[in-house]
Amino acid sequence: MSAEVKERDPWFSTKNRKLLSAPLNRDNPITIQVLGICSALAVTAKLEPSVVMALSVVFVLAIGNVLISLLRKTIPPRIRIIVQLTVIATLVILVDQFLKAFAYDVSKQLSVFVGLIITNCIIMGRFEAFGMANKPWPSFLDGIGNALGYGWILIVVGFLRELLGSGSIWGYPLFEKIGLYNWGYENNGMMILPPMALIVVGVIIWVQRSKVRDLIEEN
Amino acid sequence: MFSNRYIFIYSTVMVIIVAVLLSMTAVLLQPRQEKNMTIAKIQGILSAVNIIATADDAEPRYQEFITTELAIDKEGEVVSIYRNGKLEKGEVRPFDIDLKKELFNKKMGESFVVPLFIAEIEGDTLYIVPLRGVGLWGPLYGNIAFGPDFNEIVGAEFSHDKETPGLGAEISLKAFSDQFIGKTMFDDAGNFVSIRVVKGGVSTLAPAQQDHGVDAISGGTITSNGVTVMLNDCLENYISYIKNNIDK
Repeated sequence: MSAEVKERDPWFSTKNRKLLSAPLNRDNPITIQVLGICSALAVTAKLEPSVVMALSVVFVLAIGNVLISLLRKTIPPRIRIIVQLTVIATLVILVDQFLKAFAYDVSKQLSVFVGLIITNCIIMGRFEAFGMANKPWPSFLDGIGNALGYGWILIVVGFLRELLGSGSIWGYPLFEKIGLYNWGYENNGMMILPPMALIVVGVIIWVQRSKVRDLIEEN
Repeated sequence: MFSNRYIFIYSTVMVIIVAVLLSMTAVLLQPRQEKNMTIAKIQGILSAVNIIATADDAEPRYQEFITTELAIDKEGEVVSIYRNGKLEKGEVRPFDIDLKKELFNKKMGESFVVPLFIAEIEGDTLYIVPLRGVGLWGPLYGNIAFGPDFNEIVGAEFSHDKETPGLGAEISLKAFSDQFIGKTMFDDAGNFVSIRVVKGGVSTLAPAQQDHGVDAISGGTITSNGVTVMLNDCLENYISYIKNNIDK
């Protein structure tokens, strides 16, 4: 027993820290694995729903990954996808109910997209690839890491789209206050439309690959 | 390996745990959620008469300004009156009428009642009509306020569940709803014409029609048409009431 305890990784060993940091950059779910794009396009017209969506995914992915990891030895392989789906659906419904009760405005804005967290491939992907095979603590870190990797892209896209599309940040009319419109500036209505989210994500991928050159595929 | 028996028991237990957990949450949070919906409804009614209320002061401000609630049936008769926190006539408080259900009954040719909210603001009696209709992707709703003559619009407010951002969703902006101010729903001869959302702009209409139209939203034609239909559907229910009760 005691030998086993000594062999255990410290809580924030290099390996564990990497679980947290890799998805932020080198292993990012959106820019590298290109998962979860649907919601990244849909909710990022404004900063506030982007942040709430990111937080909801952090919650669902971290808790869900831990639950799956705790249950991993009891889950019969034949129904593991159903079990994973049930865990996700339960957590998502909880998030939805709590938003409706405590952040009604935000829940109205996110409307169907909270429900669509269920179909976010990142979550099922992590449960299947990590939670099913690892201990709870690394699973927790992996969940947080991947959700944050997803979240920071969402927040950057939401920030740019709200700033350039509506001229505001978190609903505060920044451009109006600094008098930019008096000089003939106009908001770019196209930024509000979903395709621009894809282009912004594309720009982020471009910037990322120009910084981290070994990510560029040879062909 | 897991036996079939194990799998059955495992799934059953899992489903029961989840069901209990979710129903408990739903029951515990329901009062709060319903309160949020009521507050959103109050905020909508108030914003039609240009009173911006926060979630905290919505209810006191509603009681301050909205003095009377009426329910009006198909023939324009008042079937319930709610005044100063008391139900003076009828059985259902007009505020609690489900407009969606009533409009459905209307479509089916059955009897229906519609609510009317009366506000006293700075000595003027204003009439607020709640609206409900269909846009491109989902429901549209709103409130429209008329002056003492129940003809000239003093304010309007629209919202939606899932219209396209940047296009149809623009109906919830002030720039759109402010266009309604000063428009009228009856023509000079006293005939009901409703208010139209005009594609191509009001300036394309004949001068006599311009008092009954507002500019549509470019790229939001179906939502704009939805607003026109919604206004016509909801406002026509009040014609007999207005003819009988409001002096011209």
